[in-house]
Amino acid sequence: MPPAVDDHSAGHVPAPDRVRVVEVDIPSDVNLIERVVELVRRECEEMDFARRQVMLNVPVALTEALSNAILRGNGDDPAKHVHVRALVDPERLVVEVVDEGPGFDLDHAVTDPTAPENLDREDGRGLYLMRKLMDRVERIEVPHGSLVRMTLHRG
Amino acid sequence: MSFSIKKEGEVVVVDVEGQLIVGNRQELKQKVLDELERGEKKFLIDFSQTGYIDSSGLGVLVSLSKKIREQGGELRLANLNDDLKTLFELTKLDTLFQIADTRDRALQSF
Repeated sequence: MPPAVDDHSAGHVPAPDRVRVVEVDIPSDVNLIERVVELVRRECEEMDFARRQVMLNVPVALTEALSNAILRGNGDDPAKHVHVRALVDPERLVVEVVDEGPGFDLDHAVTDPTAPENLDREDGRGLYLMRKLMDRVERIEVPHGSLVRMTLHRG
Repeated sequence: MSFSIKKEGEVVVVDVEGQLIVGNRQELKQKVLDELERGEKKFLIDFSQTGYIDSSGLGVLVSLSKKIREQGGELRLANLNDDLKTLFELTKLDTLFQIADTRDRALQSF
């Protein structure tokens, strides 16, 4: 039985009518990714984001960010946690994923997985997809961890 | 999310139900490798019941494609919806795989 996802989406932070907040904290377990993604995706759907954004951009980019946080940031250590905070309003989705790792330099992760020599590699597409599917991807230094913030404007 | 495997003629057909992501990709890989080890050569992965695929799911497809080829076999993909087609185009993996619009066309292409 996987641990329960702690869902604060009912909004313990007061928010204006047209802003929805999803805030969850999960242990490092890749099997929890799909449930977190579903919470955020549902809010985007409620906010009338474009169908493709709901079916492709949001789930894939957020799966990549969570997977990076769990496997790389936290080294797949179940004692370490990943915190997710998503704000969805009629203009945009802003989702932040915080892990307990040292982080990685987004500017140095520039390998092009679509180059002919990389096409049959098994890895190296995660960050590329985050950047392609979101309007903005940033890494921000936080105490004792690393934060990745992704922004997608409603299509 | 689950994978079902059945045989249609000489072709091993795998249906991907739900997502193909970091949490379950290894299960798909193992199921196909088990069939390959049994001597199967022709594989079709059908995505008609698939939601989304992440980079690790794409990585497993690339890996399986190589392993099947190394054993003298063939892999086809079928029934990618528009979103999945976009994903394959973004990563240029549409150039690496043989992708058919329907299961029947994929089966006929072997």
